[in-house]
Parts: sequence; structure tokens; C-alpha cells
Amino acid sequence: MLQAVAVVVIVTLIVFSLLSLAPGSAVASVLGPGSAHRPFLLAYLTWLGRVLHGNLGFSTRLNVSVGSLLATSLPRTLVLTGSATALALVIAIPVGLLQAVRRNTATDHVLRGLTFLFYAMPAFVLGSVLVLFFAVDLHLFGAEGPQAPGIGGVITDTRDMTLPVLTLTLVTIAVFARYMRSSALDSLAQEYVEAAKARGAGERRVVVGHVLRNSLVPVVTLVGLSLPQIVGGAVLVESLFNIQGMGWQIWQAALRQDVPVALGFALVFGVAAAIGSLLADLGYALLDPRVRYAKQ
Amino acid sequence: MTANQAVPSKPAGAGAPADLAATPARGSRGRHAGPAVAQPSGAQLRAAGAGHARRLVSVLRAYPLATAGGLVIVAVFLLCFAGPALYHTDQLHVFLSQANLSPRAGHPLGTDNDGSDELGRLMQGGQVSLEVGAAAGVLAAVLGSLWGAAAGYVGGAVDAVMMRIVDAGIAIPGIVLLLLLIAIHRPSTPMLILVIAGTSWLSTARLVRAEALTLRTREYVQAARVMGGGSVRAIVRHIAPNAMGTIVVNVTFQIANAILLLAALSWLGLGVPFPSVDWGDMLGAATQTIDDGYWWQILAPGIAIMVVVVAFTMLGDGLRDGFARDE
Repeated sequence: MLQAVAVVVIVTLIVFSLLSLAPGSAVASVLGPGSAHRPFLLAYLTWLGRVLHGNLGFSTRLNVSVGSLLATSLPRTLVLTGSATALALVIAIPVGLLQAVRRNTATDHVLRGLTFLFYAMPAFVLGSVLVLFFAVDLHLFGAEGPQAPGIGGVITDTRDMTLPVLTLTLVTIAVFARYMRSSALDSLAQEYVEAAKARGAGERRVVVGHVLRNSLVPVVTLVGLSLPQIVGGAVLVESLFNIQGMGWQIWQAALRQDVPVALGFALVFGVAAAIGSLLADLGYALLDPRVRYAKQ
Repeated sequence: MTANQAVPSKPAGAGAPADLAATPARGSRGRHAGPAVAQPSGAQLRAAGAGHARRLVSVLRAYPLATAGGLVIVAVFLLCFAGPALYHTDQLHVFLSQANLSPRAGHPLGTDNDGSDELGRLMQGGQVSLEVGAAAGVLAAVLGSLWGAAAGYVGGAVDAVMMRIVDAGIAIPGIVLLLLLIAIHRPSTPMLILVIAGTSWLSTARLVRAEALTLRTREYVQAARVMGGGSVRAIVRHIAPNAMGTIVVNVTFQIANAILLLAALSWLGLGVPFPSVDWGDMLGAATQTIDDGYWWQILAPGIAIMVVVVAFTMLGDGLRDGFARDE
């Protein structure tokens, strides 16, 4: 717990210290004129104080606060990453389980090859290919994400949301399925599987009742630890499909050299991912009695 | 020069597990032990050469996945660096009458929006992707190895602080950190290498630290300490060389990762400065006109990136499996 707090503090330190690495007045662009020569620690504490009061900074380029940009973009990113992660789990868990049960058969090899392919394929290449095929050739889905101003439009516009979610889902499945396979392989080698078989339990019962249940525990950790990867994928997917989410905003901020926006969004991404992995640790302890009792 | 890097890493890597197995001998061996051996005769040299060749063949046979990956990497390097000498194209001028041609005789991969031959551009762009990717990947592995070895060897509070920094760094998505850095200052190509390495060394640090934790208790490290050797010496001479198997495998993954990161940045329009182009830039230009359905402009650089990434991953996976089998 204390370690997790330390990690979050270090995330803020890393993000802010990048400002001081650069030549010029990056610090002044965030803290206002006259702060360029403030000592690092003082500048950092000033900034941290503002952030803790909910002030993420102000973009002089756009003449809006970073907080208001976050308010409009966060829901879009949540819808995109949330639905893609949920879909990826629903698909990757059975796929990984099937691979483990049919280990080293043709099924395993084909699925392994496929997940490996999606793993090596950058999100923007996969997305572009999907756009070429499903949007440009077949006119089935939109080539661009939903452009409606509100979040309601994003959720109801399934035609335009399909390809972005599909792209991020496929990229995420590749990450999850590999883990699920090895996690299920570990479970298959455990004594309780042998014991269940010895009691005469059928394959279905062994796989669903014992292997699946026990290999889900590491998957909880995996989802938490994969957050940076999923978010990284979301940056590319949002940029490809022109979805004005958080990833799109930080990309645009980098293009127009808008330091306050880039800093604020990087901070939110980093802290969110750090908290995600903390929650995953807690979830792991909740699900695995061995960890729970060892800690008491 | 970069073209050669992929090949020698294999025999060098293959030597590592043997070194790991013979650890006590390794620890006591001086750096200059090799040249001190008496000069061998010509016949001996030839026999040794044949021995090396045979050993190389047997190593390649023992690591089929790594060999396949290595061969693909060599082929891609040859294509990108030797290819332009055989396949001449004009990548400097704009030929609007030749723009966006689909693949045909004379343009096997078609042309792009400026009328440049896509295959020729793929070769030129590949040089940038491979050079920057390899440099950033190797740098990341070296940085991460030193950090991890130091943390694992010193241990205690220093280790805790160093590894919390790594935890925090890993929590921030690499691309987000890169975009923040670019928003602050647009990097030149050498800076870009530094910046990509600076955001990706963390995973190596974790791996090597775990290795260093077990290595620091070995007798030869203890012996070096008792004899008065300092921490730096222990890390550089004993911990790092004996973690070499892990490090060599990790270099291949780091290079694959760096190539992907660079491609993503270039695709976002924030990669190597103009007029250099890499595969990501080619994809970025193709994405601009995606509605016109010029599929070859997407597939050519897209498949090139994937082939290289898969090849480096295969090389790493193959080496790791081989090392695990040897031990």
C-alpha cells in the first residue's frame, strides 16, 4: 500500500522532472511567467499543490483549462478502452483456455500464430487494414469514430464505433490470450486437477470448475498491469479514427507543442495506470486465499 | 555496420549458457586471459576455424526458431542497405503523373502520393527504422541492465528506491511519455534514439535485477568482494557478464519494441525530422488518403514493420528457449 503511494508520487515526479530536462521555459509555460528560475523542488511542490486542488493547468494555445479538456475527452476514452478490454477478456479467456487444453495441437498452433500476428501488428496498421476492408471496400462501418459532441452520441453510434473498438480489442486479445494460455497451463499441472480427474470428474468439469477458476486469478493482475499497454493502444486508435479522447488530445498537444495539456494528460494517464495496478494487487489478494492468509 | 549486429549476437548469445554453467571458472578468469595463450600454428588455426564453423552449424540447428528469425533479419537488412545499390529509384523528385499507381511492371509495390516508387522508399525508410530501432533497443538494454544489476547487487533501501522508480516509469504508457517529451521539445534523430531508449529500458531493469539478486550470492561474487573488489567492479565484471543470456535475449525484444515505438511516433507525424522518412512516415502518408483505397501504400510498410518485429521476437524467443533447454 505504502509502496503504491510511493509509486504514484514518483509518477508525478517523473512527469514533472521532464520539464526541467528541456531547454527553454517549459516550467514557465506551466507555472506562469517569472517561475522559470525557481528551484526544482519549489516548482514541483507548487505544481503538485495546484494539481491536488484540481487545477491541472491552463492551455494558452487553446484558451481553455486542461481540466475542461479532460472532462470532454475522458468519457470517450473510457468507453473505448472499457468496451475493448471487456470484449478482449470475453474472447481471450476461452481462447487461452482452449489453447492450454489442446496444447501443441493444430488448434493451439493456429491460435498462437494468430495472437502473435496481432501482437506484432501495431494498432494503426491493424486499424488501417480494417478501415480499408470494412469501411472503404465494403462500406459496412464508418472510417472515422463518432463525431457527436456528447458522450451519448458516442455510445449510440455503433456504426462508427465498431472499427475503433474492434481494433483495440484485437490488439488487447493478443496480450491477454498469451497470458491466459500460460496461466491455464500452470493450473493444469496442479495437483487438484489430478485429484479431480482421480475422483472421476469429466474433462468439462475439470476445465471449467478447476482450471478456469484458478487461472482467472492471475488474469485480474494482468488486466491491471496491462493498463499502460491498453492506453498506449488507445492513443493510436483514437488518432487513427479521429476520436477526441485523451489519447487524441495528448497527440494534438504534442503536435502544437502545448506543454500544459501534454503534462496534465500524461499525469492523469500515469496516475490512473499506477492506481490500476494497485487495484489489481488488491483484487488478487481478495481472490487468492493463499495471498490473503499469508498477509495476515 | 548495423547489418552485422544481428548475426554475431547468436554465437555470442549461445556461449552465454555455457558460461553460466561454468560460473566459478568464469569469475576467476581475467579479461586478458585470451591473448596470453601461445601463438597457434597455421594448421591449428584452420582446424579451429573448421571447429568454429561446425559449432556455429550445430548451434543454428539447436536453435531453429532463432535461426529463422536471424535469417529474416539479415534478409531485411540486406534489402534495405544493399538493395538500393541494385534497385535504383529516384526518391528526391516528385512525379505527379506517376502518383498512386497500383503495383505493376516497373513498380512492383506501386507508387506513393508523390509518385515515388514504393519499393525504393521501403528500402530507404527501412534504413532509418532499423538504424534508429537497433540503436535505441541496444541502448535501452544497456541502460536497463546497468540499472537492474546495480539495484539487485546493492540491495536494501537503494534497491527499493531504484525499483519504485522503475515501477512508476512502467505505469506511464511509453507512447504518452514520448508525446509529453515531444510536446516540450521536438527531438533530432540522435535525441529521438535517446528518448526512445529512455522510455523503454525499464522492463530490462526488472529482468536483470531479478537475475542479479541470485548472482550476488554466488561464491565468485563473494570471493571478489572478500578480495576487496568494489561494487562497480562486481557489477561490471561479474554480475553483468553472467546475466548476459538474459540481456542478449532482451536486446532482441527491445529492438522490436523500439522499431514499433518509432513507427508509432512517425505515423503520428512526430518521428525522425524531415527529410528522413521511415516506415511509420510512409504509413502516415498512406493513412491521409485511406479513403481512396490505395491498399499497397498501407500494406507495404505495414507488413515490413510486422516482419521485422516478428523476426526479432522469434530470435529472442528461440534464444531464450534454447538457453532454458541448455541449463
